[in-house]
Amino acid sequence: MRDKYEAVIGLEIHAQLKTDSKIFCGCSTRFGDEPNSNTCPVCLGLPGALPVMNRRVIEMAARAALALNLNINHESIFSRKNYFYPDLPKGYQISQYDQPFSERGWVEIPTSERNESGHATEWQTKRFGITRLHLEEDAGKSLHEGMPDASKSYVDLNRSGVPLAEIVSEPDFRSSWEAYDYMQYLRRTLLYVGVCDGNMEEGSLRCDANVSVRVRGAEKFGTKVELKNLNSFKFLQKALEYEIDRQIAAVEAGEKIPQETRLWNERESKTYAMRSKEEAHDYRYFPEPDLPPLITAEELIQKLRAELPELPEARRRRFVEEYELSFEDAAQLTDSRGMADYFEEVVRPSGNAKAAANWILNELTRELKSAGIDIAHSPLSALQLAEMIKLIDSGGISGKMAKDVLIRMYQSGRPAEEVVREIGGSQVSDEASIRAFVDQAIQSNPRQLEQYRGGKTGLFGFFVGQVMKLSGGRANPQVVNEVLKNALEG
Amino acid sequence: MELKRLTISSLHNRIARGEVKAADVCRAALDRIERLSELNAFITVRADAAMARADEIDHAAERGDKLPPLAGAVIAIKDNMVMRGVRTTAGSRILFNYKPPYTATAVDRLETAGAIIVGKTNLDEFAMGSSTENSAYGPVRNPWDTTRVPGGSSGGSAVAVASGMAMGALGSDTGGSIRQPASLSGVVGLKPTYGRVSRYGLIAFGSSLDQIGPFANSVEDAARILGVIAGHDPNDSTSSNVEVDDYVKSISSDVSGLRVGVPREYYGEGLDVEVKGKVEASIMKLQEMGAEIIDISLPHTEYAIPVYYLIATAEASANLARYDGVRYGYRAEEASTLKAMYSRTRDQGFGAEVKRRIMLGTYALSAGYYDQYYGKSQKVRSLIEGDFRNAFAKCDVIVTPTAPTPAFKLGEKTADPLEMYLSDIYTITANLAGVPGLSMPCGLSSSGLPIGLQLIGKHFDEATLLRTAHNLEQALGADFTPPPVM
Ligand SMILES: [Zn+2]
Repeated sequence: MRDKYEAVIGLEIHAQLKTDSKIFCGCSTRFGDEPNSNTCPVCLGLPGALPVMNRRVIEMAARAALALNLNINHESIFSRKNYFYPDLPKGYQISQYDQPFSERGWVEIPTSERNESGHATEWQTKRFGITRLHLEEDAGKSLHEGMPDASKSYVDLNRSGVPLAEIVSEPDFRSSWEAYDYMQYLRRTLLYVGVCDGNMEEGSLRCDANVSVRVRGAEKFGTKVELKNLNSFKFLQKALEYEIDRQIAAVEAGEKIPQETRLWNERESKTYAMRSKEEAHDYRYFPEPDLPPLITAEELIQKLRAELPELPEARRRRFVEEYELSFEDAAQLTDSRGMADYFEEVVRPSGNAKAAANWILNELTRELKSAGIDIAHSPLSALQLAEMIKLIDSGGISGKMAKDVLIRMYQSGRPAEEVVREIGGSQVSDEASIRAFVDQAIQSNPRQLEQYRGGKTGLFGFFVGQVMKLSGGRANPQVVNEVLKNALEG
Repeated sequence: MELKRLTISSLHNRIARGEVKAADVCRAALDRIERLSELNAFITVRADAAMARADEIDHAAERGDKLPPLAGAVIAIKDNMVMRGVRTTAGSRILFNYKPPYTATAVDRLETAGAIIVGKTNLDEFAMGSSTENSAYGPVRNPWDTTRVPGGSSGGSAVAVASGMAMGALGSDTGGSIRQPASLSGVVGLKPTYGRVSRYGLIAFGSSLDQIGPFANSVEDAARILGVIAGHDPNDSTSSNVEVDDYVKSISSDVSGLRVGVPREYYGEGLDVEVKGKVEASIMKLQEMGAEIIDISLPHTEYAIPVYYLIATAEASANLARYDGVRYGYRAEEASTLKAMYSRTRDQGFGAEVKRRIMLGTYALSAGYYDQYYGKSQKVRSLIEGDFRNAFAKCDVIVTPTAPTPAFKLGEKTADPLEMYLSDIYTITANLAGVPGLSMPCGLSSSGLPIGLQLIGKHFDEATLLRTAHNLEQALGADFTPPPVM
């Protein structure tokens, strides 16, 4: 029955821009401070206080806009969005309405449905439109839990005036997973360009969705329902899925979908109606008279565009082409800018992308994850890992041994050679055992033996490698050299 | 000691020379405030703080310190400008107990310049009114005739200066709230160019129209106060970087060759004959002094009142949303839900005129009406700006009456808001265009009430306004001291 219908989804994402001070005053944006400690007359909305634009916000917003292929308006204007709420101290929010900061952007990203076990079924590249990215101030926070008097409401205005970029997509998503993949990509991009910390738990990144369903092929949109409280990727996907099912069931039962706002309740895995269209606010937007139009200079845009890092999707594609990585490996490696940078720092000196990808995505990631360390602060430097890969490639150590070496390097921070020497105790040094490996190596490579004896002495290293491999990397290289030389000359 | 006989500049020199004590001046002001308390000009008097400040200035003078330009000048502040730790009500019940944690830039600059802030003056609630009858703290009475209003909304500041309770005062002017009470009370009042004086700390009414300016007994004192409060303020993004002229110096030039524009739209129906006569006599005086009189037209004047009442109220509807009982000020206690708390707080906290304007402004911005009202108003506003641009291509300064009539009776216009709104008919256009306007007394009516004349200038050309006004003031040579109040 679901095949008969198609979902139409648009996302509104609020990203906190990580400036040190608020958008219209000098107060700190730090999270988790004593309630109401980071406030002043401006962000408290006291009578007579006036907003003053923080120029740093413009740079951050411009970086985000450029990364999302948005056109930045040379002149944008702030507007007042009027509504009453205890956490909104002025009774209006300074936002943008007509003439927003930027408009008409897009992303082109891989997306896929997922099977029962959550694995992607088929990756396809799709383009999703972004209507606009505009600037606004955040509201405060109502506090209920853990307060001294349960009969009272408390308000913390530390967050009031924190700069937000609201990023509104076109209604271009046809499934919950498309929305999910877009949201993931958006978060990744904002982190890449360094404008948002992406922390959904702390509310640095928040998401609302507009959802409707229609019979597949129909041109008209169904009645749209706004979903709020989708504050994790999992909630977003689950809530959309639930809502699509609910709307299809309603349509099938001949019911009319009311235009309303619904709240996702995670505990019950359901959405609940919050307010209907009749109760919806008329925000009475009008231009903010306290702020002149916001001018974004073309020179600034050019400068920021030139400074923009390679973006995650472009980088993923390049990794596939340049390093011949699989889609999955490239996607994982470009998940964060730090990981992708680390990878390339390993590839450059080691010349072995495949090995670099494997070591990073498996052993290193496991170690970092269990210690809760970001790859940017990895105790094992990219150069050290590159040296280890070179050792493996030259047959200095076996892959099996290398795992042990990596862990020791990770723990001690010492170079690969030193670690290998240190674990030399397990090395095989008796001539008899080594001769057995040497004989085996020569017997299984008659062609190379012939070439060697014909004068291609450069193949010596090849035989060393073979012996090391056969010995599991444990053969004492010095003894190997001696025994092998005799055997090859003989 | 009579404050009406003192000028700020002479006082400065006499305190410096040790001939006068700031403490004596301040005490005289406080005595006067107390003796004339029935005029109800002040909401809050800072007797102790003012005396302490006066003593500081006297000590500085004794030490031989160089005194700042306003040293010892007793100044009153309209109670819609915040002062750290001093109750600031905006004439509203909703802020009956509000003590701000910071000081408005203009007030701060006055204090730094040596002024003694004697108290906070009464006003129409949130500066909404033209008679100072809309105050939660009672109406202000006109010292020329206590059965009459002093004009508004800065009625308290105008009366404080007119009756010698302060040597100068600050008011705010959104549609005439400095000039119209200056006219009705017989003092000089100046609304500077929008952006000339910082609005930081001025409790907003119509943010794109509001401007702080001085009241004084002479043009020179007004120039002196303006020189102190004018200039860019990093806390107000709408304050201008245009350099501040030396206003006191500029008034000493004459007016020969000055092109004075007389807009015919300001002399038509509704203008009191005596007011018209006195203003025209003043224009003749200017001509005698060598000014060139030019007929001009400001053709969109007739739309000024409706446009003003849509823009100002729309902005006010948002500016006054913060008074919700949540964080400060009055809160209705008996409410059981948030929504009830909001509506009861605002119902009990705001007066009738404020509620009327919030509703009008809310309506003008509502979905489906925005283009028709607010949007269209903005378009007409640019036409009015254009009128002034065209006019100032032909003249340097414009002369009009400040108000259509002298002071009217208390209660005379309270029943009919539209009638009341018409008393700002000549002053509103300057706010819409953002240009400076000055009102000065130019004569008395047959019943002994002061009549005001308005000068309107180019953007940031307060110097020409002050020069013209000073020349006229000297030529008229009249004394505008109200008769003793019984
Ligand atoms: Zn602040």
